[in-house]
Amino acid sequence: MNSKPKKVLLDGSMLIIESLVRAGADVFIGYPITPANNLYSYGAKRFPAALAAPDEITTLQWMSGYAAAGKIPVSATSFPGYALMIESINMAYMMELPMVIVLAQRLGPATGTATMGAQGDVLLMNGTISGGSSLPTLCISNVDDCWSLPPEAIRWAVRMRTPVVLLTSKDDVMTLRSHDLSSLPPIEKIERDYFTGEGPYASYSPGENLVPPFLPVSDTKHQVRLTASTHDTRGILQNSTPEALGNTKRLQEKLDRNLGDYTFYDLDEEKGAGVLVVSYGITAQAAREAVSKLRAQGSKASLFVPKTLFPVPPEYFNIMEKYDRVVIAEENQTGQYRQVLFGSGPRPGVSGVNAIGRIITPGEIIQEVLENG
Amino acid sequence: MVKTFLDTDNLPFCKGCSHQMIARSTEKALQILDIDPLDVVLVTDIGCHGIIDRKFHTHTVHGLHGRSVALAAGISAGLADPRKKVVVYIGDGGTSIGINHLLGAAHRNFDMTVIVHNNMLYGMTGGQQSDLTPGSFNIRASMSGFTEEYLDVLKLVEDAGAAYVSRIQAKGDFSEELAKAMRVPGFSLVEVLEVCPSYGLKQNKDVTVANISEKFDLPLTSRMNEKAKRAEIADRTNNPSLLDSMKPVSVEFGHNLKGPFTLLMGGSAGEGVQVAADIFATAAMSCGLNVTKKGSYPVTVGTGYSAVEIIVSPEEIVFTGIGKADWAVVSSEDGMSFLKKRIEGMSGGRVITDAAYTVPGSGAVVHAGDFRGQVPGREINLSMAIVMLGISGIFPAGAMVKAISDNKIGGKMDVAKLVAASDALRAQIGG
Repeated sequence: MNSKPKKVLLDGSMLIIESLVRAGADVFIGYPITPANNLYSYGAKRFPAALAAPDEITTLQWMSGYAAAGKIPVSATSFPGYALMIESINMAYMMELPMVIVLAQRLGPATGTATMGAQGDVLLMNGTISGGSSLPTLCISNVDDCWSLPPEAIRWAVRMRTPVVLLTSKDDVMTLRSHDLSSLPPIEKIERDYFTGEGPYASYSPGENLVPPFLPVSDTKHQVRLTASTHDTRGILQNSTPEALGNTKRLQEKLDRNLGDYTFYDLDEEKGAGVLVVSYGITAQAAREAVSKLRAQGSKASLFVPKTLFPVPPEYFNIMEKYDRVVIAEENQTGQYRQVLFGSGPRPGVSGVNAIGRIITPGEIIQEVLENG
Repeated sequence: MVKTFLDTDNLPFCKGCSHQMIARSTEKALQILDIDPLDVVLVTDIGCHGIIDRKFHTHTVHGLHGRSVALAAGISAGLADPRKKVVVYIGDGGTSIGINHLLGAAHRNFDMTVIVHNNMLYGMTGGQQSDLTPGSFNIRASMSGFTEEYLDVLKLVEDAGAAYVSRIQAKGDFSEELAKAMRVPGFSLVEVLEVCPSYGLKQNKDVTVANISEKFDLPLTSRMNEKAKRAEIADRTNNPSLLDSMKPVSVEFGHNLKGPFTLLMGGSAGEGVQVAADIFATAAMSCGLNVTKKGSYPVTVGTGYSAVEIIVSPEEIVFTGIGKADWAVVSSEDGMSFLKKRIEGMSGGRVITDAAYTVPGSGAVVHAGDFRGQVPGREINLSMAIVMLGISGIFPAGAMVKAISDNKIGGKMDVAKLVAASDALRAQIGG
């Protein structure tokens, strides 16, 4: 397929929206917020259905309703909107409803600076679900990911019956760049599996992979019960019966058991390197360039770009333990993913490159690798 | 054969609670409509009424406190099937916390019937007052000190555009009243007046279901809005790909770059800085270069500065940030002020600007000309870009001129005149 280059000037938002629709997303429900506005505009233009919600709580509720009716809903927001969504994300998580939320990070706290990029919501992704269960989170690290990760988000959401966050930042979704459309691989529509048995159906009776087969509330053969409160396999509210608690535990277990199918990362290892540069999201671009420059200067360094942030795939630790030093670069103050991977206390051999209110440069990463080793 | 919607054995309510009458009348109303149980979705809220869903043979969805109406709106829109019936249960507490959802659903006329169980207090948490509690109704844990006025939910949703509203009392069989609401296409709401046997009766010994209406001036009524139209969600399944409308840029020119070149542009909102930068980026692409462009401007896009960071490179651009800029093009005081520190940080390169502005001291060579006097404000950034290309020679200014002509703004201006003025300026300030 050596087609002629087809270079255009576009932003990541356009690729994300087009990719989501091609993968089978049905409806975009949005409330405008900077820096997610391009996603909103393209969503309004491209999706098979698009609804303007009056606020972000409504957004998540409408999305949940659509998901209950058998559709795949998408929204895009930033922290202030996401904060309003959290209780409803928990509801969708408990009801096991598929959906994708694109979160374009900006500088906080609170309204912070709407037009300033950031990677400050990583711990929030880790703590969104009450009880500590993981909210599946994929993180875009370059323009290619804007095309390739959205379908994986849809696949994860549908196959695991769960909300999925596609984490981005202002630069991912607003920076214009020349890009060759002929280089974009085709995207297959994600086909959905439904319960097909003749016998009784229980909305939360798990299949082999611990995921309950789905039926929409339009089904005319089987009764569907969806419940946000602690419930048994039939979806009947229970306080704390073993069956109901087992169902709650299964929400994490289904993600853990199938995590290998949704583990995405770039690993560029150099033989003999003692240092591993770890970065994700917008800072991954600086890390890629930093590692190239280090190698050009004759310094050995490996690069690891996690794209599946949560749940943390166990193999990440196998990758990192091979190195004497791990340098984690991320655009937040306290090293949020570093805390997730290595805890809050100091750890020999582990250091961070952090900043807020500005993009981290390759030079800062190089300096950390060379000077503080 | 009469269809069964409700398992009436051991309904999960306190003795004397009229929630059970709402459940029974709901079943009977659905029987009157002669609909199949699996063509009905019952959406319940948090509150005593919400625990009824286990007893219904319909599809049931049990959501968050105060959000059942919004959740049901999504279900109704997602089903988009007038044969389906979406019935929503909510209490007066849920109505208080989620009133915006009721207004929003009524405003858009999502097809659903909302049944407000108004027993005038929060029954699950100990009998606290809600926005629907009349001021003179005695409450165990009353927090007085603000308005005592009762919130008339009928009036609110009616004003928002609801197709049908009614207020009834939870007495006897009121299935006909519920069926009437369920037949209405669009948003219908029935407020059912009740008294909570656990927290309402003891404190209000003279209150009964039969006298609530009169005692608290809550008129029993039903009103149809003939103008209301059920929400229709546009089907746009055949929307074209966003990428189809993108016009590819073909390579028609060459360039003189061996590595990345970084450019800052700064000006004022309304003078086309972003458009000029987009055209510059397109021009660079027509010379076979890769390009990234980041815009920066206040959230009030029509005022203040407007700035851009551009990288053009024959190589793939991995990191899109700019440390020290190679060149800066500044068309206004706003732009100069915004880029002051960046220009001060330049250790070489050039700054192109209007002679009227003071350029911060730096290692850059300054080319200042009478741009404001020679070209209109809306074209000043285009002119500076042409001059910049003429002096730097990174790629032909002709590529920029062609990109201007190909852009829709090219048809709204005299491109030849702009080129002539820019060439003259370049001759004056170029070195």
